[in-house]
Amino acid sequence: MIEWADQIFVLLKREILLLVPVALQPLASILLSVGPIMGVFATLFAATTVLERKGLGRIQNRLGPNRVGPFGLLQPLADGIKAIIKEDVVPYRTDRVLHTLAPILIMVAALLAYSVLPLGRNMVALDLDAGVLFFFAAGATTELAIFMAGWSSRNKYALLGAMRAIAQMISYEIPLILSTVGVLMAAGTLSTTGIVEAQSGYSGLFPNWYVLTPWGFAGFFLFLIAATAEANRSPFDLPEGESELVAGYFTEYSGFKFAMFFFGEYLGLFAANALAITLFLGGWNAPLQILDWVPSYLWFFAKLLFLIGLSIWVRGTTPRLRADQLMNFAWKFMLPMSLVNILASGLWRFTGDGVLGWLVCGSLVAGSYYALGLNLAPKNAVTKRIYRFAT
Amino acid sequence: MLGTGLIKGMAETARNFVGSFLEEDRLTTVEYPEERIPAKEAARSFPFLVFDGDDAEKGLRCVACQICEKECPPQCIFILKDTAKKPDFVGKMQFQPKVFDIDVSVCMSCQICVEVCPFEAIKMDVDFELSRFDRFEGLLIHKDELSKPNSYFRKIHPTDAAAVDANLAAEKAKAEAKAVADAAAKAKAASAAAAGLAAPAKPAAAAPPPPPTPADPILKSASSSTAGPGLAETGSGKTHAPAHGS
Repeated sequence: MIEWADQIFVLLKREILLLVPVALQPLASILLSVGPIMGVFATLFAATTVLERKGLGRIQNRLGPNRVGPFGLLQPLADGIKAIIKEDVVPYRTDRVLHTLAPILIMVAALLAYSVLPLGRNMVALDLDAGVLFFFAAGATTELAIFMAGWSSRNKYALLGAMRAIAQMISYEIPLILSTVGVLMAAGTLSTTGIVEAQSGYSGLFPNWYVLTPWGFAGFFLFLIAATAEANRSPFDLPEGESELVAGYFTEYSGFKFAMFFFGEYLGLFAANALAITLFLGGWNAPLQILDWVPSYLWFFAKLLFLIGLSIWVRGTTPRLRADQLMNFAWKFMLPMSLVNILASGLWRFTGDGVLGWLVCGSLVAGSYYALGLNLAPKNAVTKRIYRFAT
Repeated sequence: MLGTGLIKGMAETARNFVGSFLEEDRLTTVEYPEERIPAKEAARSFPFLVFDGDDAEKGLRCVACQICEKECPPQCIFILKDTAKKPDFVGKMQFQPKVFDIDVSVCMSCQICVEVCPFEAIKMDVDFELSRFDRFEGLLIHKDELSKPNSYFRKIHPTDAAAVDANLAAEKAKAEAKAVADAAAKAKAASAAAAGLAAPAKPAAAAPPPPPTPADPILKSASSSTAGPGLAETGSGKTHAPAHGS
């Protein structure tokens, strides 16, 4: 019964495939994998927009959207209808082909990343041996889409926003990928399902998740920070800093194309969070052995909602970084920290997960965190200004 | 250390988030169409015309003197004087407006019309829900819609309305007292004339100094209505004038 509940979607797909003629089975298999992913994550996107707006509202002691439907829960429906019926303004002298292609590409790139994410036990659309590599390759395509949007708009704000986005995304791509290296070393595979399998099982009360090791803990937060920067979310939302750049690279987008950009951005965020779950939070594994009977996909989505909530919380808290702070943080903190983290995960291999391992790796990670933090602190702290001549 | 500020900030936002569910006074939002805050007494939106009693036509205090029309800085008031007269609150015949329009799309709510009105006839409203489907004719508000009873004025600006009512009551009492005095003087004069004792001598002594015309039109009307000769009358006119300096 437990097994059946866990595998219900896998069995359902197999049953449906048997009804399809053999010649059409590969196509049907693709559709049966892609359709649910798109449907589920589009729903999650809709839910996230309203949750985010209500959560941010509560953080700011407001109510948030509460007009459409009960408690404003149908707000995304109203937003969607509005986006669809809105006029699609394309400025004169834009590159129309690229201008139209950019929002499609950003969605395609974000959706491609989902093909290697295991959403539950045996629930992965494409079980590649180099799944993590594929994920980063597909995720990097969003940079292309963003620059296409900024360049084809023929708008200086759009171009500036796109250039900022490129600078930011390339800077944070490096710590993003380096922070996963420790996991890849520990699991010994690039396959996402293999990494999840490596984290299954329990040692004592705790699960064998990589986040519960010193290097995994640091790597998880490095990954989350870099993923936030990749998704252009607050506090790294400089590319669309509306106080400086109108709306950044999608200044010239309206109506449904704008909605597609929005959708693509959230899909990217979900994908990055899902990969963080896969790499560090044990994928679809239950956190406690006694909770093992809960279907695996429920664990995956519970963890995903937790990380989405965290990102909403961070967005409600942090102000936007300055461009130089952004670059300082990437190159002076994130990059050395992720390199130290690789070293720590290598040492962990030899010291084991006993007291010695925790002492050596923990002190290495914590010490370098502290030292790099000191280095990042402003050299000349702001003091009270003394007016010598004016009174 | 790096990150302590972030943790402090996240604790603060978490406190706000949880507190907004637990503490009522954190959420200051008033969900407007369903909930309303009662209007402040000093609030003002656009002017309206006050009328006494129940009949907006009969009780209208406006006498179409057109001072507000002339003083209005953005010139949003338009008045056409009616040829017919009607009695005001003391019973004196006054002009009345045939047309009184205020263009609220032009009005800047400066309250100057209220300041200059000598008849307490125009006051500021607190109603702000004035959106119309027609932005030209719809926003030109006519006399019938502008006229609102004194009871409404008392409700929206109680302090102001009490002062105005007291002022008008005092004026009315004075006018009535004067009317009684004039009637008595007239009766006395009539009886004196009827007696026929030194009849030509008395008016000749009293008449020569003409009574000084007071600034206040109400008093002017009051004094001119009882245009009989008499020392008591001129005396009352003099004492009235400073009380209504404006």
